[in-house]
Amino acid sequence: MPHDDHDHDHEHVHHEGMSPSGHPYRADQDEPLTYWQTMEIAVRELLEEKGIFSAAEIATAIGRMDARSPADGARVVAKAWTDPAFKARLMADGSAAAAELGCAIDALKLVVVENTADTHNVIVCTLCSCYPRNLLGLPPDWYKNRAYRSRVVKEPRSVLAEFGLALPDSIRVRVHDSTADMRYIVLPARPAGTEGWSEERLAALVTRDSMIGVGLPHAAA
Amino acid sequence: MSKQSETDLRYHDMGGLPAGPVERSEHDYALWEKRVDALMVLSTSRGLFTVDGLRRAIEDMGPDAYETRSYYERWIYAVNRNLIEAGAYTPDELAARMEAVAARGADYATCSRAAEPSDA
Amino acid sequence: MPEITVRVKTWPSHGLHVRTPRYLRGKRGVIERELGRFPNPEQLAYGLPAPERKLVRVRFTMAEVWGAGAENPDDTLDAEIYEHWLEADEG
Repeated sequence: MPHDDHDHDHEHVHHEGMSPSGHPYRADQDEPLTYWQTMEIAVRELLEEKGIFSAAEIATAIGRMDARSPADGARVVAKAWTDPAFKARLMADGSAAAAELGCAIDALKLVVVENTADTHNVIVCTLCSCYPRNLLGLPPDWYKNRAYRSRVVKEPRSVLAEFGLALPDSIRVRVHDSTADMRYIVLPARPAGTEGWSEERLAALVTRDSMIGVGLPHAAA
Repeated sequence: MSKQSETDLRYHDMGGLPAGPVERSEHDYALWEKRVDALMVLSTSRGLFTVDGLRRAIEDMGPDAYETRSYYERWIYAVNRNLIEAGAYTPDELAARMEAVAARGADYATCSRAAEPSDA
Repeated sequence: MPEITVRVKTWPSHGLHVRTPRYLRGKRGVIERELGRFPNPEQLAYGLPAPERKLVRVRFTMAEVWGAGAENPDDTLDAEIYEHWLEADEG
């Protein structure tokens, strides 16, 4: 059929070039159709036709996915830095506290682990790719790949050093393997020199990697 | 204990195994990948299967699939397998629809248009 | 509350879906916190009824998990383990 005949304009929004986050898009629309893409289309159409869910519900689910980003986690972190009562609730029940800020964790439980002067936390899922996607969006490739999953439980300091984070022996490293129904997020230490900053200004310092534990927040400018 | 290792080969279970440097690659997900993710989210919300069913099917693909198939390629394999097991549709329905989809054109955008009556 | 020491069972997976990583089997740790009860994933994986099982977070030292190969023996590893994979530590 003629290529200009279809009405799926949204499929071409990401047609070429770099994404807003500066990463290349994976080849998709203009490469030859793959076996697995064919399966995705067929499965989706069968489920829609059988009334299990609608095309609109698929679009809504993708919209929800796209709306989530590390900015959500950063809001939670900044709130915890400025509001001791919120922080206490967050440490006691991460899911409930995140929900106060409009971040639903669904059926899973959020466990918040706090970095302090003598403790650094880092998160992994050695068995698959469990990730706090409700607070950070979809995971980066490296989080799902063999090298990170295999090594960070055995040699976390070497892995963190590869990320540019060299920790002294005086800091204890705690690795958290997401093996079951919990999801984890690191509460990084608040950067020095940010006394009196607003939540919004603080949130801008919070990086995704600092909430996974492979980085630190930006320093106060 | 070699007897144990033979009954314990689960390739995904890789904590502590030797591996090279972490390649900090990232990519933004393609539309078809997000759709696979959405199929998973909606199927589990409808109670058709669980994330554990997804993981089990991926694990059963074996080591070769882990090295040669992309993340969402493994997912759509596992989503489809669980949906078949749940009776959401039948293997012949899947085969016929995949044949029809592939006959629509050469690329994803063309073939993923909504099915029209002429496809039925 | 006194620390409760547990040991992860050495069961193999028998090629089935389990959520207890191989690298922790047979290792001793302390219960870091109790998490409540969750449907058993080993049943859910096969579409079967899944009675709830107690889930706890166990904290292991790197020295316990990796022995002399530990990068820093005092660093720790926490993981969620279902009760049927744990046994009381007999020392």
